[in-house]
This record gives sequence, C-alpha cells and structure tokens, in this order.
Amino acid sequence: MHYLEIIFRSIFIENLPLSFFLGMCTFLAISKQVKAALGLGLAVLVLTAITVPLNNAILNQMLKPGALEWLGQPDIDLTFLGLLIYIATIAAVVQILEMVLDRFLPTLYNTLGIFLPLLTVNCAILGASLFMVERDYTLLESTAYGIGAGSGFLLAVVLLAGIREKCEYADPPAPLRGLGLTFITAGLMALAFMSFAGMSL
Amino acid sequence: MAETNKELLVRSIFKRNPITLLVLGICSALAVTGQMSTAFVMSICVTVVVAFSSLTISIVRFQIPNTVRIGIQIMVIATLVIIVDQILKAFYYELSKQLSIFVGLIITNCIVMGRAEGYAMSNPPIPSFIDGIGNGLGYGFILMSVAFVRELFGSGSVFGYEVFKLSTNGGWYIANGMLVLPASAFFLIALIIWIIRFLDPEQQEKS
Repeated sequence: MHYLEIIFRSIFIENLPLSFFLGMCTFLAISKQVKAALGLGLAVLVLTAITVPLNNAILNQMLKPGALEWLGQPDIDLTFLGLLIYIATIAAVVQILEMVLDRFLPTLYNTLGIFLPLLTVNCAILGASLFMVERDYTLLESTAYGIGAGSGFLLAVVLLAGIREKCEYADPPAPLRGLGLTFITAGLMALAFMSFAGMSL
Repeated sequence: MAETNKELLVRSIFKRNPITLLVLGICSALAVTGQMSTAFVMSICVTVVVAFSSLTISIVRFQIPNTVRIGIQIMVIATLVIIVDQILKAFYYELSKQLSIFVGLIITNCIVMGRAEGYAMSNPPIPSFIDGIGNGLGYGFILMSVAFVRELFGSGSVFGYEVFKLSTNGGWYIANGMLVLPASAFFLIALIIWIIRFLDPEQQEKS
C-alpha cells in the first residue's frame, strides 16, 4: 500500500514536468504529435524505472559514509561525487539500453531509438534520481518512485501532444505561434494538475 | 568568425536568447523564479558553469575523440557543477537548501550542453568563454524578469524588501496568489516570447 501511494503521488501530485518543471526541453520540443510523444514517454518510463533504483543501490553501497566498510575503509564519505556518478550511470544505462534494443528488439528500437541519446541530458531523469537522494528512499521505494515518475512524464507529454494537435487549427497572433502557445497550454495543464495537490490516499 | 567579442556577448541576450529562441534550459527557468534572490543566484551559477565549461571544452577540443565527445562534455560540466554546489553549501547554506536539486540539475541544463556542442567544439577558447558568459546573461535576463514580476505582484516585495504593503499586514495591496504558483511562470515566459517576437519578426515561427 505504501508503495502504491508513492506511485500515485509521483504520477499525479508530484508530476515531474507539470509540478516541478523537469524535462521541459524535451517536453516542449517533442510534443507536436501524439505518436512521437508516446515513444518519448515510454523511453523516459523505462529509463527512470532502471536508473532510479540503480542510483539508489550505488548511493547506499558505495557513496554513503561508512558504505565502503567492506573494503576496510569505514571513514570514506563519497557523497560529494554523487552528481558525477548519477549522470555517468544514466549515460551508461542509455548506452547499454540502446545496444540491447538494437540487437534483440529492433521494432522497439525504431520507436524509442532516436529519443534515447537525447534523454541522457534530460532533467527529468536526473531530477528523479536527485529527488530519490533527497527523500532517502529505500531500494523498493525508489523502484516505485522511478516507475511513478516515468509514468507521470508519459501521461503529461501525451496529453500535451493531444492538445497541441488540436491547436494546429487555431489562429493565434503571429508572434505567439508555436512556442508561445505551447507555453500557455502547458501552463493551463499545470494549473489543472494542481487540483490534485492536497489529495491524500 | 567575423563577430567581435562585444557582439558575441550581446547577441545572446536579445537576438539569440537561449530560452525564448532556442528553447533551452527552461526547467530551471520556471522552478526558481518565485523570488528574485534565488533567481539571481541561479543565474550566476549558470553563467559561471557555462563560461568555464565552454572555455575548458574549447581548450581540449582537438584532443576529444569525436565518438565519446558527449560523455567528456558531461564529465567537464558535472565537475564544474559539483564545485559550484560545494561552494554554495559551504558559504550560503540557506540558499542552497532553497534551490534544492536545481543546482545539480545545471548539469542537464541544455544551455550548457548546447553551447559546448554548438559553439565551443568549433571555436577558440576566448570567444567560447565570452559566448558562454553571453548565454548565461541571456538566461539570467529572462530569469530575473520573470522573478521580478512574480515576486513584486505575488508577494509585494523585491529581493525580499517590501515594496507594496500586503493587506495581510494591514497594507493596501492584495497579493496575487496565482503568481506565487510555479504555473504562472509559463504564462509570463509566453508573454516575454510574445513581446520579443513582436519586436523582432524574424524569430516568428511559420505556420
């Protein structure tokens, strides 16, 4: 039940793009069509579900003060290296995932492939790992959080793409066309998602 | 590159602003603009990181093998961000708590990667450094404008000093609650984009 709560929290109340504004660049850039948005969202979901628990394991087994006791070094505190390690883990997972998909699941690779390298520098992925650190999740909790955070991104980006497809037929003032209109749409969506705030399960 | 150093510095602030034209680095632009002081610190951090990462990458650009360049760029940037993060934690602990994870997220701020990849990899160190500062300032300009509006009308103050006396304190100004919410930053940036693209029609998108 506790894990279910973490998942629902991270999808609706603490939605990464719409409540914390993480992963905005990709969120705004690749939401012109629902199909592309779905591919991007799935790639994010897979990545957060893998990297968040992985970074959690690395943090607890190697970086925390006293974690290196099995090496006979109980006094070493490597938490200051955290940022560097998390981003390296993410980059490595992206690379491995790309190769595995290319080799064994070519159809899936064709859908997700182009988005994967882009996601190394997506704030949503790194942000999910950093929130995990800040909140001191255990391994299981961080798995739940990774899945929830990724699903939240998937939901938001597909919704935005749906709205933007409809906006194609609108006739806004020329300076507002494209990016400006997308910002306003995203703003309205963020307001709508705020109605989830304060809900408890 | 025919541009002088001054043009390099100025063009990123208005003509080629990283946020409004290139759509880079928006995440933090929205999240830290509730108050002037956090926006100011964030702008300085980003400017420092962009400038020095561009400088470093430009110096070693002939040594970087093309296939692993993204990885190396990220390592340079992450190292710089760790330094900035540690300095903030050591000397301005309160501020670093307020900025929470957003200092760490400078690593994935697309402005830094974008400038490293798009400019520093193919230009000499000094222009890259100046280009970095220019982009940092362009980012800071948008950040500070949004933060100014949000703090002034959302909580009646600028940099924490009271400008409008709030009705909750017995004053006349009724705070606009929506501007305190992060969602309002979306609308403000949309308005800034509208103004900039109205003044400079070249930036408008084709339908």
